[in-house]
Amino acid sequence: MMAPLLKYGVFGSETSLVFAFLIGLGFGFALERAGFGSARKLVSQFYLNDLAVFKVMFTAIVTAMLGVTYLSWVGVLNLSLVYLVPTFILPQIVGGLVLGAGFVVGGYCPGTALAATATGRLDAVVYGLGLYAGTFLFAELYPVFKPLHTATPMGPITIPQYFGLPYGVVVFAVVLMAIGGFAGAGWVEKTMASRRGTDAAAIAATRE
Amino acid sequence: MSEKPASRDPAPYSNPYLAGIGLGLVLLAAFVVVGRGLGASGAVSAAVTAGLHAVAPDHAHSLEWLSGRLAGDERPLKDWLVFEGLGVFLGALVSGLLARRAFVTVEKGPRVSTRARLAGAFAGGALMAIGAAFAGGCTSGQALTGGALLNLGSWAFMLMVFAGAYAVAASMRWQWR
Repeated sequence: MMAPLLKYGVFGSETSLVFAFLIGLGFGFALERAGFGSARKLVSQFYLNDLAVFKVMFTAIVTAMLGVTYLSWVGVLNLSLVYLVPTFILPQIVGGLVLGAGFVVGGYCPGTALAATATGRLDAVVYGLGLYAGTFLFAELYPVFKPLHTATPMGPITIPQYFGLPYGVVVFAVVLMAIGGFAGAGWVEKTMASRRGTDAAAIAATRE
Repeated sequence: MSEKPASRDPAPYSNPYLAGIGLGLVLLAAFVVVGRGLGASGAVSAAVTAGLHAVAPDHAHSLEWLSGRLAGDERPLKDWLVFEGLGVFLGALVSGLLARRAFVTVEKGPRVSTRARLAGAFAGGALMAIGAAFAGGCTSGQALTGGALLNLGSWAFMLMVFAGAYAVAASMRWQWR
């Protein structure tokens, strides 16, 4: 075992801020490459014209999941030292619904809004102001929100732990789900393109 | 529409699967190097805390949800996610410049006024911040990071994000069409 490097004392927390910047560089570059600096590209996911959000997200999840699983199996990565955000199931369900609505209303999520701001999207700048306002509001009204925010605590828990399944089985199921999802996404895009009957959309759908 | 695109036209986006693999490798690097994933909304909370602390320090300390960020040296901006966010900004800018996609514009559908679109952007940002606050993270810190770690709450959150977005999509079509 030698990773996570920070947890094994390979470097200190001050140095980890340098890595934060470097990892952010890669994150921002990947988001912009994918087209996620554009609100129109992002919301196309929810009008079923262009499912790049789904494809990119699930490809990234599967890539990182397989990497983590493999590195943990060969004994390089100690998965128990990787921070797992504790589950609060009810506020996460409510928060997810609110955040999803905000995605279509605003056109971005926080990370993509930063990428879009960097590339000159003024709507992303205004979206960012909305983020600050919402965060301020939540902080000021926290006594009202606290009962829901702290409801149903379940601690740090994974799907394999909760359902009592072997880790590898769940990993395999997610890979299968993703492959099925990618095939389905291609079919949805082609169907929507032919329904619109526009040449440009048909070209976009077959370019993959 | 010219037959041959001029060299100043924005370059097409990457193949989504290639971009996804790239994003996944960045996420994997975060797990291996520092033992945590990516994030974005946390940097906003850090910035709001810093702003409040600069204007009204006592009030900032009195806010239960944010005051933890003032523990220790009272420098809320000295936060992993803030440094990551600076990287995101620069990384996206470099990618956008290389692909001629960095220019000042407002992303909107052809039939909506700029003012209405900006109002939508502001409202969406506020909703998103409240949703992320309840969930303990956004699409980066919960869906992407927790998704790859098979985090139970993150997967529930992610399904609800798609559900919430599809639920309001029809009523928001005016912004995009």
